Formats: sequence, C-alpha cells, structure tokens
Amino acid sequence: MRQDQIDDALNDALLAAALFARNPSRFGGIRIVSSAGPVRDCYLDFLKRCLGPGVVPRKLPLNIADDRLFGGLDLSATLQAGRPIFNRGLLAEVNGGLLIVPMAERLSRGLAARIAAVMDRRRVYVQRDGFATESTAEFGLVLLDERVTDDEQVPAELVDRITFQVDLEGFSYRSLEDAIDLFAAALPNDASPVRVDPPESDDGMIHALCSAAMALGVDSLRALSAAKRVSEQSALWFSRLTITPEDAAIAARLVLAPRATRRPVEPEETSSEPQPPADYAPSDNDRTQSEQDSVNDQSDSALDEPTSLENLNDLDEVVLGAAKAAIPAGLLSQLLSGPTMRRRGSGSGRSGVQQKSGLRGRPLGVRSGLPSGRARLSVIDTLRAAAPWQKLRAGSTAYPLGRLTIMAEDFRIQRFKARSETTTIFAVDASGSSALHRLAEAKGAVELLLADCYVRRDQVAVIAFRGKRAEVILPPTRSLVRAKRSLSGLPGGGGTPLAMAIDASLQLAHSIARRGETPLIVMLTDGKANVGRDGEPGRAHAQVDALRAAQQVAICGFAAMVIDTSPQPSEAAQKIATEMHARYLPLPYAGAAEVSRFVKAMA
Amino acid sequence: MAVAFPFSAIVGQEEMKLAMLVSTVDPGVGGVLVFGDRGTGKSTAVRALAAILPKMTAVVGCPYACAPDDTRSRCEFCGQLKKSQARLKTHLIPVPVIDLPLGVTEDRVVGALDLERALSAGVKAFEPGLLARANRGFLYIDEVNLLEDHIVDLLIDVAASGENVVEREGLSVQHPARFVLVGSGNPEEGELRPQLLDRFGLSVDVKTPQDLGSRIEVVKRRDAFERDPQAFIERWKKEDNKIRRRITVARERLESIPVPDAVLERAAELCMKLGTDGLRGELTLMRAARAYAAIQGAKEVMSTHLKTVATMALRHRLRRNPLDDTGSGVRVERALSELFPV
Repeated sequence: MRQDQIDDALNDALLAAALFARNPSRFGGIRIVSSAGPVRDCYLDFLKRCLGPGVVPRKLPLNIADDRLFGGLDLSATLQAGRPIFNRGLLAEVNGGLLIVPMAERLSRGLAARIAAVMDRRRVYVQRDGFATESTAEFGLVLLDERVTDDEQVPAELVDRITFQVDLEGFSYRSLEDAIDLFAAALPNDASPVRVDPPESDDGMIHALCSAAMALGVDSLRALSAAKRVSEQSALWFSRLTITPEDAAIAARLVLAPRATRRPVEPEETSSEPQPPADYAPSDNDRTQSEQDSVNDQSDSALDEPTSLENLNDLDEVVLGAAKAAIPAGLLSQLLSGPTMRRRGSGSGRSGVQQKSGLRGRPLGVRSGLPSGRARLSVIDTLRAAAPWQKLRAGSTAYPLGRLTIMAEDFRIQRFKARSETTTIFAVDASGSSALHRLAEAKGAVELLLADCYVRRDQVAVIAFRGKRAEVILPPTRSLVRAKRSLSGLPGGGGTPLAMAIDASLQLAHSIARRGETPLIVMLTDGKANVGRDGEPGRAHAQVDALRAAQQVAICGFAAMVIDTSPQPSEAAQKIATEMHARYLPLPYAGAAEVSRFVKAMA
Repeated sequence: MAVAFPFSAIVGQEEMKLAMLVSTVDPGVGGVLVFGDRGTGKSTAVRALAAILPKMTAVVGCPYACAPDDTRSRCEFCGQLKKSQARLKTHLIPVPVIDLPLGVTEDRVVGALDLERALSAGVKAFEPGLLARANRGFLYIDEVNLLEDHIVDLLIDVAASGENVVEREGLSVQHPARFVLVGSGNPEEGELRPQLLDRFGLSVDVKTPQDLGSRIEVVKRRDAFERDPQAFIERWKKEDNKIRRRITVARERLESIPVPDAVLERAAELCMKLGTDGLRGELTLMRAARAYAAIQGAKEVMSTHLKTVATMALRHRLRRNPLDDTGSGVRVERALSELFPV
C-alpha cells in the first residue's frame, strides 16, 4: 500500500470508531480484525475515549454459561435468603455499554445465536431456573477477531448484525498514534455527544447505497440499513444539514467494502446496462408507488426528470467507486481466486469452543433423578435445586439447623449421549490421474455415503488433495448442504500428494478424537502417489512417504478404509491399505451402494 | 421491542406470509418452518403476525386460556369453575405468540412447582411454563436447529399430543397445550431431527430479495419504522386490518368449504409421485389447500389452490437424495408441472 492509502485507511478506521461511539447499540457493533498487541490496544483506547467516561466495557468470556449470560438462580444469595434470588446476567448488566468479545473467531454457534437473539430484540428474555423475566439490553458489540487462517471465522449471524469492520493488520503503532493525534485535532469543537436526530436520507442516496451493495455482492439487507445509518451519522458528525455524496461514500467504504463478495463490474458495462433508476419505480407494486408518492413528492418528481437521473447515476458511481477503492487488498485477491475458494470458510463449521465434558459424548442436559451407572450427579444443579427449600426444611424437626438439607428429589443428574458420535473424514484424491479416471464417480460415492451419515446424524469432513497440497475443504459438520457444495466445487488435476493427504487426515482424526468423538478415515484414491511429503515430485520417494504415513494411521489405531478409484484394482492402493490396517475396496467391483454398506458397517 | 413491524409492510416474501396465514386460519395444518438467509425478516414476520391475529375468547383466569366452549379437553381450572358456575366468565385476549428463547431450562418449558408460593404459604402449586402460555396460540423458536436436544424431545411429544404432562417435584399435572409451532433457522447451522421436522406442517425457504427495487423498499420501510414506529403502523393499519378481516372470514368459512374428489385424487397422486412418507403429507396438503381456498374466498377447493400450497406442504417431507443436487422445492414443482400441464 502507498502511504496515502495507508493514511486513508487509518482515517477510516478511526472514523468508524468515532461514529460507532456516537450510538453503539444502534450500530450494533464493530469487528476489529487484528492480533492482540499495542496497535489493537491503542485503537480500543481511542474507541473508549470517543465513548466518554460514562461507559464501562464488559468482557464476554467464551466459556460463559447460560446462567451468567442471561441470568439465573443466585446460589449463595438463595441459600442465605431462603427463597429464590435472581441474579442478573451479563447481557442485562451491560445494558447501555459495550460488550467486548475477545477471540470472537472462537465463539461457539450457540453462544453467537444467543447474543444475536438479544441484539434483535434489544431485550434479554429469561426463562430459566423458575424465573421468567425480561430486561432491557442495549449494547454495542466489539468483536475482537484474531483469526489467522480461514478456518476460523467470527459467526456470521453476529457479523451480519454489526455495522463496522476494521482491519488493523498492516498498521504500525506509530502511524496509528499519529493518525489519532491528527484525527483528534480535526475534531469539531463540540465533540460532546449531543443526541440529535441525524438528517434523513433521500431516495437517491438510498438508491446509490443499494445499487453499490448489489454491485459488490453484498447480500444482507441488514448491511443496507447499516450503510444508510452510517451515512446519516456521518452527516451529523461533520455538522452537515443534509446527507452529501461524501457521507454516502463514507458509508460505502466503512460498511459495504468489507462485506464485498465480488468485484464490481467495470463501469463501462454498468453504464451500458439499463440502469435501475429508470425501471425500478415501475417494477414496484402499486402500494409501493403510492407510498413513495406520499413519502416524498419532491424526490419522486425529481426521479422523473432526466437531468436528475444523470445526477443519480453520478451519485451511484461515486458511492460504488468509494467502496471499490476501500475493498481490503487481501479480500480482492481472494475474490479473484473464485467463489469456491471463498465459500469454504464462510459457513459455520465447528470452530469455536467445544463444551468440555468429563464423559464422552454430548451432554444432554440436566434432569432430576438419582445418579446411577449411566448418569452422573451434577453437584451444582443439585445444590441449586435444594437451595430455595432450605428455610422450609430447617423449620421441620427432622433436620438439624445450620446444615444443608438435600433430599432425594433434589438430585440432578447430567445426562450424556451414550454412543459417541462418529465423524467420517473423506480424503478425496482430486489429482490428474484420479480425475481422469473417476473423480466424478468418487464424488458420487461420497455423496451416497453422506446420505448415510445424515441418517445416522454423524458428522462428515472432507479433505481434498491434488498438486502439492492436501487441505480440509470442509471441517467436520452435520450440514449436508455444505458438504455437497464443497464437493461439487472440487476441481481436479495435478499430482498426487498421498502422504500429505494421509497426514492431514491423521491430524484431523486426532483432533476429532480429542473431542471425544470417533473418527473414521475413508481414503478415495488410486494409490499412485507422485508427490512426497516435502512437496517434491518423484514417484519412488512419494510412495515411501505415503506408506510411512499410512503406518502412522495404523499405529494410532484409527479405523480406516481405502477405496481404490483406479480402473483396475491397483497394487499401490492395496499396499497403502495394508499398511494402514484399513479395509480395501476397489471401486470397479464395489458399486457405490456396496461402498456405502461397508462404511456403515464400520461406523 | 414494544411495537411490532406491520405484517402488511413486509416487502415480498409472499410464500412465508402465505404459510403463516394458512396456519392461522387452520391451526390443524400444523406449524410453519422458515429456513433461509439471514436478515430476511423471519423473526419480524412472526412478531408481525402476532399483532394482526384476531383476538380470541378465553375463560377469565384460566392459566391455559381455554376456550369456554371447548369440550375436547378441559383443564382442571375450568373443570373446577364449571362445578360452581353455570356460565363461565369470558374475555377477549390477544392470541399468545410465545418465544422459546435459546438457553431456556426444562422447568420453564413444561412448568414446575411454584417456589414462592411453596415457601411463603406452604402450598403445593403448579406454575405453568411456556407450553401452557402457548396454548391456543403460537410457539416461536428462533434458531430452531440450535435448540438443545432434551428440549426438542419435550416439544416433539407435546406438539403431537396437544397435551402437556408434568410429573416432577411431587406434582402431577396435565394440561392442554395445543399450539402452532413456528420455527426459523439457517440450514447452514445443521439439519433438523426428522421427528421435529415432521411436526411442522408447512416449510418455506426465504431468500434475500435480489432485485434493486425491493431491496430499496425494504431499507426505506425499515427506516421509516425506526424513525417513527407509531406513524408507520398508523399508515399500514388499513392493510393490516384488511388481512385481519380476511383471517376472520376465512376461519368462519373453513368448515363449509368442500374438497371435491377430483382434487383429493390429485393430492394423492402428487404425494405418490414424490414418495412422501405416510399420510401426514397428504393430510396437511389437503388442509392447507382448504385454508388457502378459504382465504381466497373460493366456494370449493380447486386444483389451483392445491398447486399453490403444495410446495410448502411437501418440501420437507421428501426423502433426501444427495445425488440429486436440486432442492426439494424444485422437485415438488417439477412433479407439479408434470401433474398439471399448462
């Protein structure tokens, strides 16, 4: 980046913080992409300065339990008072302030959905532990995104609900500090937050933002509303009475550009297309038309005039141009590499914190009942159940005073799913030799297996290997939709880095096993390795590497199978299977149905 | 959120709106499952629906808001009242639309012992939960695929039987819990348990509108609503009232609308062609078609009605075929166009 570009980017980042601080809950939140360090701290300090002294930010620990998040029974207070005492949760406590989420890329889906629901309603709605209460929860969310790889993503439902996204990677501490000084010097004198209503956007402005969003492939409707709000707040910030194209451009840079999913079409093409302003009004239904009439006669008549139509087009271009210039450099290169690459990390996956449990399998919740072999006593929940009763029980003579009285009906047990889940890892050979033969058939077989996994509620993961790499194109998921999508976008061609593929499968299998689930490795390959572990081509040493990797699988004792995709059963694939202690299945003889039967038998 | 966005002001999403109206007119159709993109107004539509529902008559003081003329299942409360009073006192109340938030605990779903009363008065009283409050109304679950399994188990049972049986903390209570289940979610978060899927009568897919005109309109209306909710609601009041009247009229006419044998045959043919499991699909399809005919003010159910609701009634009942890349909605439509050539 050139120096002036850096300066502009810095200034935008600061402007984002300043605008956000004006009304955090209205803007929803800000995502700050940056590793932990002085630059981020400096930026956060600036944000706090903008907010003023009254606002105390609260941190959200990733392992927060529902009773602290929403509120619930206060154990010690309940024991003392002898009646159920409610303890407000974090979301209610942070009302009017900032909620900071460190390591937001590790946020679990469940937690993200809970926060999103509260943000939508601006209220916490508690139905827990015998309490049914509601309280206001208006807060701004600060998502600190420290992701390194694409595998980790801040949950999309939260990103969708926040307005600003800034990327601090690439800024130096010095330049940020200098920029803050400059920014503060240029502040309007009356920087004290005066809450006045921002000026209203007219139709042309909304049109410009919406069409820029379409050109950039910004799908979300929330982003549109957010962009509009930012343009209004920006006008207010610069003490302008109406919203100028400059404000719309700021909104495009701050809100739309970071969400771009495609490169806008070049201006020549855009202008040759029939531009929307001419045809968008008639395409609306009558109700819309009449509404427009009633809302704004002026702008409506303005739309009819050809001269202002041109102005509208100009405005559209200003806004789109601003957004285009502000698309982060890394994002653009990702966009260039095509949609299939990008899609990979955008969904949910299973990143984020897994609830650790002492037992294997998923916890199924707490129930009342006596602990037995299959169920474990949940001490805290048992205490919680007994707490409100203490006063009553203390009155009866059967129980001595000053002791906790716990009766059989208080016992709460934690239940776990008895059978641990299986995650099937498909390592699909997409190399040239395989692709020539039967990549399509292999895909078909995998899809059939996916159907089985769906029925069993198992998870699947897909690793593809070709050329010089083996990569996880689908982290373990239960979503059939995503699995199918990741497979259909799989390109073929290149060498066969079999050793790398086995290594990658093994690594994934280990991480699955650590979660208390059972991995099953299914390799679909012709076994003709020709790229070694080091990425160097060469049949001989690639075979040796592959066999060595296969032995590792056998040592670790993971269940595996090798599906031979070559036209005739090949010795190479057989050898790999033997070393892996895996079941060997040549595809030509075993039809897709046969393969699926074998996997079923093994899972 | 104190006031809801007006139902009639929701831009587009006709299928979702229709599905909600159909299940409002005939709750027997079963619930509505709304799957789709983020920010398409799924929750907005549910809350908006709550605001346009015609009020219902309920027994005064009944924790389950029983209808006075309900003979199918009588709750204990109304049973007691009936002994002492000849005529039950009634009042008009809004139809409950109850949120089932994530992180809800079992005791609040099914109901539990009222601790306050137990401690202060020593009375063993039942404190009804969300299922009780949702009786005769709607139970809304946002992010339904993230709901914990043990809560799902409870729902599956109650949604099928229409009755909530509580056996806990020394209580033994049974009360009516007939509600329309409305769920929304994002398919990328994972699939739903087939049993839960089956409890939803209708299923719709919502997509973010892709044409500039409606996108602009969404932003404008949202903005107008945020600036002055009261004025905005006032502006759409007439439209909302119109829908409310249509619901009322359709409900009254529902029972009197005949379903001709020819249409019944068509429905059966369609289900056979698609290979839907069991009879539930066919039944739902018929009820939905009849409700739609009632909304349309038709004299009898015609095949056009069947066609309109077929996709939403059958979409989620097809067997998964992973080799077929087309969505199940497309498969229903394909079968439809074969059955009803234009």
